[in-house]
Amino acid sequence: MATATQPQKKKRGGIIGEFKNPERRTAYLMVLPTLLIILTIAFFPILYAVVLSMTSSTVTGIGSFAGVSNYVAMFQNPAFIEGLYNTVVFTVISVFFEFIIGLAIALAINRAFRGRGLVRAAVLVPWAFPTVISAVMWRLMFQDQVGVINYVANALGVISQPILSDRTLLLISAIGVDVWKTTPFMALLLLAGLQTIPGEVYEAAKVDGASVVQRFFSITMPLLKPALLVALLFRTLESYRVFDLFWAMSNRELESLSTFVYTGVRISQLQFAQGNAASVFIFLTAFLLALVFIKGFGMQTSTED
Amino acid sequence: MAGATARGGEGSRSFNMILFYVFLIGFVLVSIAPLIWIFKMSIVTRADLFASPAATLTAAPIAGSYETIFGDASFRRALLNSTIIAGVTTVICLFFGSLAAYSIARLRFSFKSSVMTLILAISFFPGVAIIAPLFLQFSAFGIIDTYVSVIIANTVFALPLTVWLLVAFFKELPKDLEEAAKIDGATTIQAFQKVIVPLAAPGVFTCAILTFIHAWNEFLFANTFLFTPATQPVTVVIPNFATTYTTDYGAQAAAAVVVTVPLVILVLIFQRRIVSGLTAGAVKG
Repeated sequence: MATATQPQKKKRGGIIGEFKNPERRTAYLMVLPTLLIILTIAFFPILYAVVLSMTSSTVTGIGSFAGVSNYVAMFQNPAFIEGLYNTVVFTVISVFFEFIIGLAIALAINRAFRGRGLVRAAVLVPWAFPTVISAVMWRLMFQDQVGVINYVANALGVISQPILSDRTLLLISAIGVDVWKTTPFMALLLLAGLQTIPGEVYEAAKVDGASVVQRFFSITMPLLKPALLVALLFRTLESYRVFDLFWAMSNRELESLSTFVYTGVRISQLQFAQGNAASVFIFLTAFLLALVFIKGFGMQTSTED
Repeated sequence: MAGATARGGEGSRSFNMILFYVFLIGFVLVSIAPLIWIFKMSIVTRADLFASPAATLTAAPIAGSYETIFGDASFRRALLNSTIIAGVTTVICLFFGSLAAYSIARLRFSFKSSVMTLILAISFFPGVAIIAPLFLQFSAFGIIDTYVSVIIANTVFALPLTVWLLVAFFKELPKDLEEAAKIDGATTIQAFQKVIVPLAAPGVFTCAILTFIHAWNEFLFANTFLFTPATQPVTVVIPNFATTYTTDYGAQAAAAVVVTVPLVILVLIFQRRIVSGLTAGAVKG
């Protein structure tokens, strides 16, 4: 960290000065436990995962050096490819719909109206459910003996076999459940962003004769961009590590990247090293995604006022 | 808040209002319908459950499904396990989180933005990426299949949320009070304990609720590190009910209702606070 300090004039001689000042010393002591927890329990293990993925490791520990052979085996493993495919399809489609519907809801409720509290409460209900439990609930509704959705879809002739016995239908259902569960949350985040846009800006644009569409694209979208990027990045990364939903909806049949890692740790001894390779893969790709949002789209990460 | 909507003449305005409320009602219904349907499934008789999915009640509602699951010792145990895991995680997060948040919100030090970036990076960190190494380490320390393993893993992912929320709350508190306390001879720690903590109580409470919900809903770590009914929380136990109570869909529905209703009540009571807490970070970007 010492090298990160600017070469410009420093206040009171850098690191040493930092710790001589009692207020600053207290400040560091107060953040230290949190930093230690994060470094030892999140960042150290990811380095360990890198090591494990490069050796012929098993659930008992590190093995002999294996280079990138685990990664090669992982990419040749049909289960991994299926998991990758399902994860990407799931992430892209669910985040797309959550964003479109969430934005529509946020725009609609961005005003004072009767029953605002009720709407806000209803929005929070799906959010508060544990994901696995909402998956269990929806599974009961998709079920072929007592499930209302399966019954209706069958009566309408939309499906030819029970929903839960077909993997494509399962994936579609999982996307539906995710959209149901997290769209309200997306709407809340976007609403909070909308509320920071001062009303006068719109009034001024209206006076200048801007149409609704013009106002949306030249005022709402640019001013909403910071909140929008944060919401999108959060949701993308969360969908990308989907596990609970697939697990409980499909009775462990639907493969995702996360379920592949889990299989390596808890179910298949032989796949442990590949599971670690998948861990590293997930970490790096998630990191790249965040980087694209921050550098590529100019997402602000500053937390200072 | 005004001004964001287009205003037409009187007629189109009231038509717009009707359309608006139809949209809202639809939205609210879609959000809560599954819970209501599952509740219905949990209180009907077996005959009604299987008769026809859309059937209305032909027999009086019964509590049989609830008797079944509360009669199940493993379910009662799971409720206790969930409460302990979520409760302890919340206490630990609030303790370390409030210290870190106070330091970030109020004190001056050089690496503040690096510290905040590091803490924030955890919210983007995929938990699944570290389950394998943590599994090995927890096994080595002999804490696999204990509450401790899950509490440790939950803490690291709940802590950023706690810090983030508390920084926002602490920043809102008037600064003069602590300065007055310091002039009267209080140390930084005393000013924090005697002035900030009591004033921040509502914010800390909101934060506690959110952290508790986060830990209560956690599934991946619990499912990886815990193998026995003695330690597994409800999120792990309930999906397995699909095999335990193969065709007793009423019992499965009842179990789902039992673990979500407390959360729904909590959310309904504190919705205003929760919304402001959840959106505190996003708005500032």
